[in-house]
Amino acid sequence: MTERIVVLGGGTGGSVLANDLADRLEPELDAGDVEVTLINDGPDHVYKPVWLYVPFGQREPADGRRALDELVDDAVDLRIDRVSEVDTDSQRLRFDGGGPPMEYDYLVLATGSTLKPEQIPGLAEGGHDYYSESGATALREELLEFTEGEIVLSVIGTPHMCPAAPLEFVFMVDDWFRERGLREDVEVTYTYPIQRVHGNPHIAEWARPIMEERDINVETFFNAESVDPDAETITSMEGTELDYDLLVSIPPHGGVDLIEEAGLGDDGWVDVDKHTLEAEAAENVYALGDTADTGVPNAGSVAHYQAGVVGQRLASDVRGRPATATYDGKTLCFIETGMDSASFVEFDYENPPSPAPPSEKLHWSKLAYNESYWLTARGLL
Amino acid sequence: MTDIEPDDTVDARGAACPGPLMDLIGAIRGAEPGDVVRLLSDSDGSLTDVPEWAEEAGNELLAVEELDDHNAFYVEKA
Repeated sequence: MTERIVVLGGGTGGSVLANDLADRLEPELDAGDVEVTLINDGPDHVYKPVWLYVPFGQREPADGRRALDELVDDAVDLRIDRVSEVDTDSQRLRFDGGGPPMEYDYLVLATGSTLKPEQIPGLAEGGHDYYSESGATALREELLEFTEGEIVLSVIGTPHMCPAAPLEFVFMVDDWFRERGLREDVEVTYTYPIQRVHGNPHIAEWARPIMEERDINVETFFNAESVDPDAETITSMEGTELDYDLLVSIPPHGGVDLIEEAGLGDDGWVDVDKHTLEAEAAENVYALGDTADTGVPNAGSVAHYQAGVVGQRLASDVRGRPATATYDGKTLCFIETGMDSASFVEFDYENPPSPAPPSEKLHWSKLAYNESYWLTARGLL
Repeated sequence: MTDIEPDDTVDARGAACPGPLMDLIGAIRGAEPGDVVRLLSDSDGSLTDVPEWAEEAGNELLAVEELDDHNAFYVEKA
């Protein structure tokens, strides 16, 4: 009997996993004992880290987009469709466009994050972001013409994709205006929901003095409640009101609705065993990347490492062997500290991060990795 | 044991700091003034960051209940 593995979501986690399975299960795929299907709601794979550079005019959104059928191994069935329902009891998926349901023996949810700016009144009208293609290009129009005034970067949603990116943005903005001789005319303010500047205390402790050195204003315990686009103000639940000329936010995030509808977890995040990545509420279901509620950052590196673990576990499942591979929380991030310097962190469930001294070499390492990312998506790096 | 009746309960047990605080903030965001939210957390960080945030935001931390393997925080939205 053919074992059917279905991967839902063609982002970093889903694509790396599909290619990992194509390689790992090659004999079974060739023999027809296993089928691997990757379902995505569009034809392209999108590499989101490119968006950080778009507002500065250094990258184009197209640099982060490639056709999935060029990235995914031919042994994987690629289906471009939108799933409307996950039924974990009958192990079936239903589709928006109707048609017969798809049955699975193993399901991997890699549906990722979506932006929900509508949760904050006025944010969609008054704020900009670099967490979407359209947001990054609209922000570029504003930022390239910005020569004086108040820029507010407000982290609203947590968890959010790439927890380092808000720090990177204000460090880059500071450096970018400084290099162009405009920094004295530009105020930069960074807001964060809790009492420090980053969720991870070690990264917060490292970043705060850099922000002080660079005259980046900081507002902690700032949870945006509303934005007034006419008055150009943002107000927090804690009662602080900030004026802005350009508001850049990290909008509220959520997962896709069908996860909550399937009873797999709240807000679109799947409750999982943080080591095995198996869903707690259903059999034969895994989640990875942003979708898996493990408490580690929503980052591409996490999805990449988790895909390797899920790939090994699925291969064990298919071959009737005990699955022993586990995820240890490994996370790796480069953190831009300016336009030509970066730091680097690596950590896991047991070992906290210790940011490396910023250097030009690390900045170029980050850019080099971003270029070679396409090898990762293909399952080669 | 407290006899406070919460309007909403957020179970953040198992989540690492600052997850429990962010879950509490999310629940308070959706609550009405006067509502009481109970946060269940087994993160030690909650013992400091929940009172700090409640004070900063003007919400009242009515009680902290120490249970076997976690704490229950009762916060009333101002």
